Amino acid sequence: MPSGGGATSKILGLVVVLVLACALPFLMSGFRVFQFTQVYIYAIALLGLNILTGYNGQISLGHGAFYAIGAYTTAIMIDKWSIGYGWTIPTAGILCLVVGFLFGRPALRLEGLYLALATFSLALAVPQILKYFEHWTGGSQGIVLSKPKAPWRLPLNEDQWLYFLTLAILIVLFVLARNLLRSRSGRAIVAIRDNHIAAEAMGINSSLYKSFAFGVSAAYTGIAGALSGIAIAFVAPDSFNVFLSITLLTGVVIGGLATISGAIFGALFIQFVPNWAQEISKAAPWAIFGIFLIVFMYVMPHGIAGFLRLAWIRMTRPTVTGSKAAGEARP
Amino acid sequence: MTLSKRFLALLVALGVLSIAGAGVGTAQTVVGVTATEIKIGNTNPYSGPASAYGTIGKAIGAYFKKVNDEGGINGRKINYISLDDQYSPPKTVEMVRRLVEQDQVALLFQTLGTPPNSAIHKYVNEKKVPHLFVATGATKWNDPQHFPWTMGYQPNYQTEGRIYAQYVLKNMPDAKVGILYQNDDYGKDYLKGFEDGLGDTAKKLIVLKQSYEVTDPTIDSQIVNLKNSGANVFFNITIPKFAVQAIKKANDIGWKPLHFLNNVSSSLGTVLKPAGLEASKGLITALYMKEITDPQWKNDKGFLDWVAWMKKYYPEGALDDQSNAFAYNVAILMTQVLKQCGNDLSRENIMKQAASVKNFELPLLLPGIKVNTGPNDFAPIEQEQLAKFNGEIWATFGELVDASKK
Repeated sequence: MPSGGGATSKILGLVVVLVLACALPFLMSGFRVFQFTQVYIYAIALLGLNILTGYNGQISLGHGAFYAIGAYTTAIMIDKWSIGYGWTIPTAGILCLVVGFLFGRPALRLEGLYLALATFSLALAVPQILKYFEHWTGGSQGIVLSKPKAPWRLPLNEDQWLYFLTLAILIVLFVLARNLLRSRSGRAIVAIRDNHIAAEAMGINSSLYKSFAFGVSAAYTGIAGALSGIAIAFVAPDSFNVFLSITLLTGVVIGGLATISGAIFGALFIQFVPNWAQEISKAAPWAIFGIFLIVFMYVMPHGIAGFLRLAWIRMTRPTVTGSKAAGEARP
Repeated sequence: MTLSKRFLALLVALGVLSIAGAGVGTAQTVVGVTATEIKIGNTNPYSGPASAYGTIGKAIGAYFKKVNDEGGINGRKINYISLDDQYSPPKTVEMVRRLVEQDQVALLFQTLGTPPNSAIHKYVNEKKVPHLFVATGATKWNDPQHFPWTMGYQPNYQTEGRIYAQYVLKNMPDAKVGILYQNDDYGKDYLKGFEDGLGDTAKKLIVLKQSYEVTDPTIDSQIVNLKNSGANVFFNITIPKFAVQAIKKANDIGWKPLHFLNNVSSSLGTVLKPAGLEASKGLITALYMKEITDPQWKNDKGFLDWVAWMKKYYPEGALDDQSNAFAYNVAILMTQVLKQCGNDLSRENIMKQAASVKNFELPLLLPGIKVNTGPNDFAPIEQEQLAKFNGEIWATFGELVDASKK
């Protein structure tokens, strides 16, 4: 991949995508801009979950809980203490980092499916816990917020401003994730997934890195939750039911496990496919969604990102995959 | 020559601009209406935890089909676009924005649920889209000063709670009251109305409050606690599943208080029969609709018309589900508002007409209960009547209680 030609075309591709992303809010209606803002928010959450599930090999069915904690952190800070929304986003991230790390410490004694169940209990519990602290959370009535206006007299409406804010945060978090995963820590995280006994034999502190991955993952999801609270301008326990956690996991797998770009594709999938399913059949939208899911899994076993990478390799190197090469390969 | 042509062009342009300007100045916003169609938007939980309510959205569609088959309203057919929001507020926001910005509906009607409606409350009022007859029993929809584009529909839970409190104060001034309530906004709204109604005496009269979570399997222990507290009045704030358990358990352990059952669970078919008609004798509730499983209405014209419509337009719907009667009533009210609009279907006029419904009767409201709205009254139904179960039917007694006159 780091070969000269590939890298330039990759950068060129990124620039084109970025220009398109920046032009989008000026070409589309407010409703579409809002939908794409949602896509970016989901993408941040999916990237977080992918660090845990794709790179570190831990399954979480409870990331909806961190999403909720992020959203409520923002909502309570804005509503009760009148703090500027800009401050609430990093706060939500840090809080979820701590909560995720602390939850990761005992949880990492559990492996695979047992961890999935433990995190699932978190997803089940959080909406109810939110109702108990009614004084802070507004109970099941939730908290209503106002949408922020664009600062510095930027000529943007509220939807466009939120879009660019989310896009900027998305880019920063993607770059950070990329750097993290290519660092020493990133290699340790992946090594634990591949063979934790071998990794420990090489001197990697398995439990520390697992908790660390859990914390970072939770922080990403918490930031996504905070942005979602601001974009929707309303939080309530009903917004964060168990289904959200399952949707996030679906997005990660469909997008492509252990790929960074997979988060975007997964987010596009969980945002738009349920709507298409509803357009196709009002009576059984989830059956249609299920069919989509099966088709995607069957056609793209490595997720959308894996599929695109494969297609890209085939397209750019026609001679290698041509009939001659294939013929030679056969004995 | 060319100059005069240019001058002419300029004049024409100015003329067009001034007409356009005048149009903007006085204009009423007409969106989602053509000579042959009115677009109405709705969200309902067709999937997810609250999908039992989805039948309301379907039944409304079935009623509009009847209206269209009969020629529509002033020649316009209703194009009813109902989307699934899964009872999830973020999804509601997305779907409502789609309805308003992409489908360009004239108005939103009967969006369902308190949290989903809370999420779009500000948005629809900023966009000035009529947000009519929302399907929730919360109190906050009647606030025309701050939210002039949102209007409620059914009597709210607090009002009903207050009605029971007034009955207690009048008939049993030294009662010992035990309360069982669901631990969410619905249960707490009832509780608040009841406690407000008792006023200063609330602390003295209420001897025990017990709550349950909607996910609990049973409430038997709460009923035992309430009996042991010595309460002789029981306010039962539960949804049908738990109402059945409560009535049964109280009967089984021989507790015979004056038993108020909230309207939410007043169905003969789904609550009283499963709990036992003998055990249900003496229950008191407050009604505003005809209870469709109550045999006293079996020859009532409104009821028979409803059954005929169900069979023709919504045969897959259940005839013992009160939600289908609820949908029928509210769709008739919506049709009435659009009829009143005549040919002026601007959003301003739709809102104005929604706020000028006078003494309108709906076929499945209790006799005497009328829909009334005004510029300062965005609560269409505010009357209820107490009824006692006599072993066969809900027998209404006393006068209509009008919450708007306090």
